[in-house]
Amino acid sequence: MAPDVLVPSSPADAVSLFGDGAATTVIGGGTVVVPELTYGCLSPDRVLLLSHAGLDGITVDGDTITIGATTPISDLLGLAEEAQALAACARNLADYEIRGQATVGGNLCVGQGPEAPRGDLQGALLALDAHVRSAGSGGERTEPIEEFLAHRQGRLILDVTFQRPAASAFSALEYPHTHEYTVLAVTGVRAADGTIRLAATGLAGPGARLRSAEAVASDIEAAGSAATDDVSFADDALASAWYREQTLPVLVRRVLTQLEESA
Amino acid sequence: MNLTVNGVDTAIDSGPLTSLLDVLREELGITSPKAGCEQGGCGACTVLIDGEPRRSCLTPVASVDGAAITTVEGLGSPEHMSPVQQAFTHHYAAQCGFCTSGMMLAAHAYVDRGGSDDPEAIQEALGGHVCRCTGYVKIIDAVVAVARGDSFDLSVTAAGAAMTNLGGVA
Repeated sequence: MAPDVLVPSSPADAVSLFGDGAATTVIGGGTVVVPELTYGCLSPDRVLLLSHAGLDGITVDGDTITIGATTPISDLLGLAEEAQALAACARNLADYEIRGQATVGGNLCVGQGPEAPRGDLQGALLALDAHVRSAGSGGERTEPIEEFLAHRQGRLILDVTFQRPAASAFSALEYPHTHEYTVLAVTGVRAADGTIRLAATGLAGPGARLRSAEAVASDIEAAGSAATDDVSFADDALASAWYREQTLPVLVRRVLTQLEESA
Repeated sequence: MNLTVNGVDTAIDSGPLTSLLDVLREELGITSPKAGCEQGGCGACTVLIDGEPRRSCLTPVASVDGAAITTVEGLGSPEHMSPVQQAFTHHYAAQCGFCTSGMMLAAHAYVDRGGSDDPEAIQEALGGHVCRCTGYVKIIDAVVAVARGDSFDLSVTAAGAAMTNLGGVA
């Protein structure tokens, strides 16, 4: 049976139609959900199409940057001055057309892909200590992205906010492939108060902070070695868990070196 | 729902989640956008939506209600080809042709937004398009030529000119 398709025309409309999110499939840019519909992997009863919901746009207010949920990834390329690593992460993601279509909110909601990692922005936004504002059961809430990623079922993202860092750096594993998937990537941020935060994507599960590496960040060699302590790795069509475990320390050292050079 | 397809206002009867690719091919009979991977990875279904290249296979038609859609038919005609169409012809940038309409629309948009004739920038812009004939060199050559403003005499193809030159040397 054809699903009930809802096309909200304002953020308030989107929140109200989403309700508690039960049995509702949300389509942002469609780059992940639409193939699942095409291939019959997903047969939803109720679909919320966010194309006209007015949830897109970036605002920069002093040092606070807010990104609407349906902002296309390509718009992040314009944030090089505010957060160089986020712009670099966005530029590394997929290809020109996909960046124009895929959304920031969708990238934070996607689960593990069957053949390749998904959710490139999760690492960058974790390192930026972004906060996610979402709606759903119990109403609106704003929480650190780390908590959002752990409990994102049944939530509709409204926007994502972070504070302009003192410096940021991004490094992805170069891995030629006909599909432009990211095998593994690390983002490092030096916050305005000097705190160093590190996070990765391409791990088993969603993006994750590398806290053991952060704890010894002043010693770049040791931080690289510590990076594998808190996270686990998975095999997929692009690379083995073993290969990722060998390369994560290298990316952490590259990012910390970039941060040091920007000091 | 309504779309402006290659300049013509068109009422759409397909369901709201029907992909733009299926609307174009099945409802409207415009078969230049190709159904390749149908998961956004090959680029063969690319069309221009309000001037920007997008994957029609990833686009539920309701999400682009009211938009202007351009396929290669909208770029030019055999008698009046667009610069990109002329360049692809002149440089023999098509083999089997399956990727060609997507490549040309991405190239058209690239040139339209002021893209340079730097081959690396062109590779980046066309990075989402797979040519399984692996005819990339001639495709890049064609886009370089358009981006630097070449004009094309299609009565003498690139290959024809090259053979004439060889004859001259001999």
